[in-house]
Amino acid sequence: MASEAHAHGHGETLALREQFDTAYQQRDASTLGMWIFLITEVMFFGGMFAAYTIYRSAYPTVFAIASASLNVTIGAINTCVLLLSSFTMVMAVRAGQLGQRKLIIFFLILTLFFGCIFLGVKAYEWTEKYEEHHMPGQAAFHLEGTDLQGPAKLFFSLYFAMTGLHAMHMVVGVGILTFLILETRKGRYSTEYYTPVDISGLYWHFVDVVWIFLFPLLYLIDRHLPK
Amino acid sequence: MSSQTSEHIDSVKTYAAVLVTLLALTVITTLVAFVDLGNFSVVVALAIAVTKMLLVALFFMHVRYSTKLTRLVIVGGLLWLAILLLLTLSDFFTRGWLGTPGR
Amino acid sequence: MSTQVLQERQHYLNNGYSLKSWLLTKDHKRIAVLYFITISIFFAIGGAFASMIRAELITPAGDLVSSETYNKLFTMHGVIMVFFFLIPSVPATMGNFFLPIMIGARDLAFPRINLLSWYLLIAGGAFAFFAMFAGGVDTGWTFYTPYSTTYSNTYVIATALGIFVAGFSSILTGLNFIVTVHRMRAPGMTWFRMPLFVWANYATGVIQVLGTPVIAVTLVLVFCERVFHIGIFDPALGGDPVLFQHLFWFYSHPAVYIMVLPAMGVISELVSTFARKPVFGYPFVAFASVGIAVIGFLVWGHHLFVSGQSVYAGLVFSFLSYFVAIPSAIKVFNWTATLYKGSISYATPMLYAFGFIGLFTIGGLTGLFVAALGLDVHVTDTYFVIAHFHYVMVGGTVMAYLGGVHYWWPKMTGRMYPEGWAKLSALFVFAGFNLTFFPQFILGYLGMPRRYHAYPPEFQVLHVASTAGATILAIGYIMPAIYLAWSLRYGEVAGANPWSASGLEWQTPSPPPTHNFEEIPIVTQEAYDYSHVKREEIEVG
Repeated sequence: MASEAHAHGHGETLALREQFDTAYQQRDASTLGMWIFLITEVMFFGGMFAAYTIYRSAYPTVFAIASASLNVTIGAINTCVLLLSSFTMVMAVRAGQLGQRKLIIFFLILTLFFGCIFLGVKAYEWTEKYEEHHMPGQAAFHLEGTDLQGPAKLFFSLYFAMTGLHAMHMVVGVGILTFLILETRKGRYSTEYYTPVDISGLYWHFVDVVWIFLFPLLYLIDRHLPK
Repeated sequence: MSSQTSEHIDSVKTYAAVLVTLLALTVITTLVAFVDLGNFSVVVALAIAVTKMLLVALFFMHVRYSTKLTRLVIVGGLLWLAILLLLTLSDFFTRGWLGTPGR
Repeated sequence: MSTQVLQERQHYLNNGYSLKSWLLTKDHKRIAVLYFITISIFFAIGGAFASMIRAELITPAGDLVSSETYNKLFTMHGVIMVFFFLIPSVPATMGNFFLPIMIGARDLAFPRINLLSWYLLIAGGAFAFFAMFAGGVDTGWTFYTPYSTTYSNTYVIATALGIFVAGFSSILTGLNFIVTVHRMRAPGMTWFRMPLFVWANYATGVIQVLGTPVIAVTLVLVFCERVFHIGIFDPALGGDPVLFQHLFWFYSHPAVYIMVLPAMGVISELVSTFARKPVFGYPFVAFASVGIAVIGFLVWGHHLFVSGQSVYAGLVFSFLSYFVAIPSAIKVFNWTATLYKGSISYATPMLYAFGFIGLFTIGGLTGLFVAALGLDVHVTDTYFVIAHFHYVMVGGTVMAYLGGVHYWWPKMTGRMYPEGWAKLSALFVFAGFNLTFFPQFILGYLGMPRRYHAYPPEFQVLHVASTAGATILAIGYIMPAIYLAWSLRYGEVAGANPWSASGLEWQTPSPPPTHNFEEIPIVTQEAYDYSHVKREEIEVG
């Protein structure tokens, strides 16, 4: 370990780890690394979006009927909650840029709060679907208004898979936020080094963007059609 | 040593304006869904979603100030998603064109 | 006297001997060694399965194992070899070890993520092992639905989980390489001064990052279908099993370029060093790496020609599949041109490089045969396809892997391997390989289906030849395992540049110090510049 810290012009600090030459290089590399990770997430969700695209184009009517069974008001409100959380998250990052420790914690807690609300609402929605027998695994599954129960199950399989995967990412995000709050309280972050807050912000915003697409694709399919 | 010079710190007003726009677009997309636009509905919905995505990316994710490489990475990722969707769809959309069963 | 020098000088191997110093290391070189040991074990296990397959195929009757067991054998052979050996092979070992040194960096951009990626491979392997020992999996490494989702009674989920986790290992390695190459090059190390090995691993990283997540989500969907009975690929629900195949091959075709691109990177280094000439057409080879990575994503439908995919889509994919051969061919031409009027020496790494060029060419050309829609209808799912991909994967990648291991062995260990034994092994590998797989082209064309353990008696002669070849090949692989281990203690001590090669890795001591360079170099030379390298006698033995 001693020889690890040995001469390269600088000992290792959080802002400047030994493999980097400057703090700017480290910050730049970290940001680039997070963006590349987010691209892998785009492809990860992308597989499900591909399945969705194909099945919606194959069964447009059933998908519309199934979509109409979702509560659009709750969905829209939840979308707004998540957008709010993105706002509070970028405010936390901004506080990091300005080195305002207390503000970082304040906005991170708000973000956490909104995130938990989102997850709570999702849990409620899922419970509703279960009670309405719209869960594909259920023996009593039935979607009213159509004979094509198979494709109806497809819609809901995709609904649960996609919102489930999204929710899992939110839960990870909640964990990250908690970690960040604790670290900020320890005084880890400053104007010189707030990278974890910055890149966690990128992650949180990405999860928000996924939902920005999930909402219209799942909740707003041909809503204009008469019931 | 202060942090590097290209650090852009947006104002609270900027972020708040973006938030309000995003919320408004959410309301709009929800309401427009109930208007009969036929096949155009999905185009409008996606257009709004893409706009919201751009706002989040440019302002909240600071892509406005990012390096060219970051933007290349983002564009590349979206392009690859498009390749996945379009080439896979090319199969499903052209089935049955030949007229022989099972092809 | 040389041993005394080694003991005095601090390098990455003697910088701490505790288990903790290895298992919690951030040093990319140590992580490379950890990977090397791990995938060698995976290779041995995958090879054991192959031996059982070839043993069964000696006789036309399915008499050594039951059909169910045979299904498990070829499945696990494929899963282990593809996901746990070939995908990590060159990047995780030689890429990890040399990419930072070659660009003049102290380490990769994210050393701890590098270590995490190794642990992920171990964890993934643990899941796969569990599946193997608990009873195996029999779906084929391709996991086609609905068999894998609905009908198979084997350990599909455990295996899928193992592959999922190993996939993240791959993604993190790729991510690390991309950021490192973009942001950590030493002063003066421009893109076009980098060794082509770096270009190859960079392009590979791009594939890993863009493709692997898709198979990850596909396996998640298979998991959901099996566990929660939500049917995305279930025809009874109006789902389409072919959708699984699209999603699976969207990754798995580019995956073969993950397997072969770094190997091609090794070949560029070997050909240049042992012809003592810069690689001919450096920019073309560099761009060809990127070209393969990009075009490789556009051809996956050629695995779906007989699946029920639309003919028009098949046409498009067939057409595009011919394009991907072009950058590969450009590389082969450029390596050949590098040899022209070069000062060629025939050390073991060069023998493997020659083997690669010839065998990869055959494998690649037969890829064109199967890319032809019409012809593929005849040879798909036969031994012709098996022969094709083993020529590129084993005749190609594994040869390059062995060549690279021998080439960089003195640098990594500070010891030379015994050249005589190494040459003999290379001969065994080459002869054994061809005897194993060439008959399979004929078998396939004559109609021998893949994944069958019982076959018409008229195919027996070719199968026996193939198994005989496999035995020779196995010997060829076991020999290096022995003499390389032997050399660690008894091999001749190696200097910094036993091959008189160019490249920054040959300008540090063997083995390198933990921090790679005493001082970060400022690069002024072009790649493969031999005018500054003192020519030592190359040990030809």
